[in-house]
Amino acid sequence: MAQPGLEKKTSTKVEDQSSLKGTLASVFLLGFFLIITWVGVFLLFVNRF
Amino acid sequence: MHIHKFEKIWLIFGVTTLLVFLSVIGVSAFYLGNQPPSCLATINPEKVDTTAPFDKPGLNKVEGKEWDYELVYVASAFNYTPGEVEVPLGAKVKVLATTKDVVHGFNVAGTNINMMLEPGYISEYVTTFDKAGEYLIVCNEYCGAGHHMMSSMIKVVE
Amino acid sequence: MNSFVEKIKKVDSRDAKLGMAHFYVAFIGLFIGGMAGLLQTLVRSGQFTLPAGIGYYQLLTLHGVVLALVMTTYFIMGFQLVSVSRTAGTLTNKQRNTGWVGFWLMTIGTVMAAVMILLNEASVLYTFYAPLQAHALFYVGLTLVIVGSWVSGSAIIMAYVAWRRKNPGQPSPLLTFMSLVNTLMWIVATIGVATTVLFQLLPWSLGLVERVDVAISRTLFWYFGHPLVYFWLLPAYMAWYVIVPKIIGGKIFSDSLARLSFILFLLFSIPVGFHHQLMEPGIDPAWKFLQVVLTFMVIIPSLMTAFSLFATFETFGRSKGATGLFGWLKKLPWGDARFLIPFIGMLSFIPGGAGGIINASNQMNQVIHNTIWVTGHFHLTVATAVILTFFGISYWLIPHLTGRTLTKAMNKLAILQGVLWAIGMTFMSGAMHFAGLLGAPRRSAYSEYGGAAQAAEWVPYQIAQAVGGSILFIAIILVLYIFINLAFFAPKGEEEFPVGEAANTTEKAPMILENWKLWLGLVVLLIAFAYTIPFIDLIENAPIGSKGYKLW
Repeated sequence: MAQPGLEKKTSTKVEDQSSLKGTLASVFLLGFFLIITWVGVFLLFVNRF
Repeated sequence: MHIHKFEKIWLIFGVTTLLVFLSVIGVSAFYLGNQPPSCLATINPEKVDTTAPFDKPGLNKVEGKEWDYELVYVASAFNYTPGEVEVPLGAKVKVLATTKDVVHGFNVAGTNINMMLEPGYISEYVTTFDKAGEYLIVCNEYCGAGHHMMSSMIKVVE
Repeated sequence: MNSFVEKIKKVDSRDAKLGMAHFYVAFIGLFIGGMAGLLQTLVRSGQFTLPAGIGYYQLLTLHGVVLALVMTTYFIMGFQLVSVSRTAGTLTNKQRNTGWVGFWLMTIGTVMAAVMILLNEASVLYTFYAPLQAHALFYVGLTLVIVGSWVSGSAIIMAYVAWRRKNPGQPSPLLTFMSLVNTLMWIVATIGVATTVLFQLLPWSLGLVERVDVAISRTLFWYFGHPLVYFWLLPAYMAWYVIVPKIIGGKIFSDSLARLSFILFLLFSIPVGFHHQLMEPGIDPAWKFLQVVLTFMVIIPSLMTAFSLFATFETFGRSKGATGLFGWLKKLPWGDARFLIPFIGMLSFIPGGAGGIINASNQMNQVIHNTIWVTGHFHLTVATAVILTFFGISYWLIPHLTGRTLTKAMNKLAILQGVLWAIGMTFMSGAMHFAGLLGAPRRSAYSEYGGAAQAAEWVPYQIAQAVGGSILFIAIILVLYIFINLAFFAPKGEEEFPVGEAANTTEKAPMILENWKLWLGLVVLLIAFAYTIPFIDLIENAPIGSKGYKLW
């Protein structure tokens, strides 16, 4: 029973120490880049015969 | 294993995006009929010239089919037969091609007609030629010393 | 575990020698392959013809075989062997000798294949698609390269097993774990290419059988061909996950997630070969689409990796007092080539990955298949993301192994090299992507295609490729200059082999991640699921086989 308690403590510690706002913003920029390029080529596919 | 809240958000967003991509191409392929060329028919590569429809390369009008014309190509190192063809604008065409020797490519530049020709197999693709212009066919799979000389021309005319 | 790793900071000199042997071959390969690449871009610009009867496709075969098969495999085997030696302890004599046997087998094979290419007996490109038929010794050479890599790989497996036996119940050192995953993936994947070479192409080229089944040979090749690219990528990921955090002075974001992403690569990088065969006849479109779905699964561990790397950088920057959304970027050690060069590699993997998703998107492949877009794509992934990371590794690993140091002057030169690479590749790969969308074919010498208007549109892009290729070749000369300096002339000293520690040292990696019966079992199941029925179809409906052709 001591084990789950220990895990809980460590996970709060990690969350508190680090703000990962910039990481979240960065990966979302990456995600939008993936979407834009994919949609671009998909439109090319749709418009060609 | 601990996963940060932001990483969960990112992975949910990422996986959802991938699922959307797959759904779009899946619906387009299986319901709208935009499958990549995947013909399962085989042929004896040494008897291509005497096997229909490859005994009559070129644009052939057909009746009673879903398409108006069949455009038949025979590829061999390092040329396509026919070397030039005129297709009426707006025609629905089934493009059929095969090779007599090694693997060749068959890409009508600037279009979605792009398929591999492999000895023993027929490749086909159905499409409507709805934009006028001159389209170069290039071999885009290495086939030997003259690979870059291997081409043909489709003129889509009114 | 951590105290154990700390004790052995230096790679044993006997293991270092084994590693260096691999790196000498890899960098000789870089010179030859890079030279071939430069000449190819010049030919394609239309302004240059090859002297002395050298064929364009002979050169292209050399470029592909020497860089994609030889240089990468040697670098990876050398890097993985010394990583295991560094993190799991000095190799035993038996393990090291096994590594040497693997090295010499690969080298004999490489020389055989190279001689056949130079004699113009094997201008079949590195994919050697039947029924183009190379000299039998070319196939024998490639077989020896693969068998040699299996022998080297078994040294890694032996070292891993020995470590686990000595440390029961403990997760293995991260770099050792990752080296093992990549080795296992390589062995499972190369079974495909070994099968087609040994049972189809070799007997056929020797005249023992007259005909070869082309579709089956290609399918076996691509069963190997896609995990091949992950075999290149995973050592770069090893550096990104484990080594770069230490170089910047930060921590590994999560040891367990790094392991999990490697396990996902092991599972999903093999049953996906059909996404290279989307335009081929003879394969049912439903099976193609199934492998497209599996291909999309292998994107997930890369999404995880992107998050982990940004998080490592941000956590480090904030620990140095960075504020704001992107303030942490300023805290990164931009003047350190060991960081900057792999970082440029990471950035290039963003457009590289985006292109990869497009390529794998089933019918969308029709837009780009076998156009020069594909060449542009893998020059971002393997020839920038992976290779720049390998260069970044070399800049500390070579002096570490030779007992020398990376001087400030060499560090500056290395940064110049990385910047030149980024510029050259932007020109070359960018132009390739755009020309490919217009339909320009890959793997083709300069041609005006009978004066066709479309072909004329491609020429400006081809000139841009030659400009990029020339800049890249200058960068290669710099790499070789730095390599020679670090191997033979740099001042004697101690260069660190950086191995990062996890941010959270109390979190032990779940032992299920080291349960190989489970993971290899799943690998086999996934491969059987994705390939059994299509293979039966190919065999049952097979047309008459093909005789060999030598059309060059």
